Amino acid sequence: MSPLALCLIFSSALFCIGLAGALARSNAILVLLGIELMLNAANLNFIAFWRYGPTHASSTGVMFVIFAIALAAAETAVGLALVIAVYRHQKNIRLQEASTLKG
Amino acid sequence: MSLLPLIIIMLLTLGSAAAAMMLRNLIHSALLLILSWAGIAAFYLWAGAEFVAFAQVLVYVGAVSMVVLFAVLLTRRSRVDPEVPAPAMKRLFLAVFPAALIAGLLIGAVLGAFPETAPQPAPELSVKTIGLSLMGPQTASLLVIGILLTVALLGAIVIASPEKPENKP
Repeated sequence: MSPLALCLIFSSALFCIGLAGALARSNAILVLLGIELMLNAANLNFIAFWRYGPTHASSTGVMFVIFAIALAAAETAVGLALVIAVYRHQKNIRLQEASTLKG
Repeated sequence: MSLLPLIIIMLLTLGSAAAAMMLRNLIHSALLLILSWAGIAAFYLWAGAEFVAFAQVLVYVGAVSMVVLFAVLLTRRSRVDPEVPAPAMKRLFLAVFPAALIAGLLIGAVLGAFPETAPQPAPELSVKTIGLSLMGPQTASLLVIGILLTVALLGAIVIASPEKPENKP
């Protein structure tokens, strides 16, 4: 098996673990962490194609991953702030019970 | 090049991510996810993208993990370890079945699409090149990311802060 195929299988498996976690768990923090895993899996693809892709001279893959990491950090901060705001109103972060956003 | 390090990194990362998604103790989940993010940083190092690997360590293993742990501790209701109830069987099936389906499709497509190729030399990318690229052609995106991070972090503070300050002087 070629290294590129192995890297892509790695990122596919990581993406699906994140997807299953985000869909199955009802705790808002775990759902956010599942989404983070999916984002990381996408970054793995960028690095794999940068390393084994046909065009070698460019640094586009690395640039994209750096910007994606910065975006993911911002997303996590806002997501966890929303979780804390929901907890303050409802005293609970189960997603089934947070069905209204009325303050 | 031997694929053994990649396989070890893969098993470590996937194992800790799967365990984190299955455990019922939230703090154990967060700690296992930190291990998983460190495994992804090891993959970046293995692939030759050192700068991205250190960015991953700084942002995920350092910062995001702390924010997640603080959120877990701030949103628990009792002093004992926060245990979340296991998901219902129907919900579990509805989550795992589509994920397994997508995994099968993706892995099948990957196995069919990328035949064995000759090993390629690793692309050379020094930190100096990255810096010149960030300051040259990518300046606009760098500025946009900076503004976006500032706005997002300010917004996070506004969202998470209590609405009425309790003890006004």
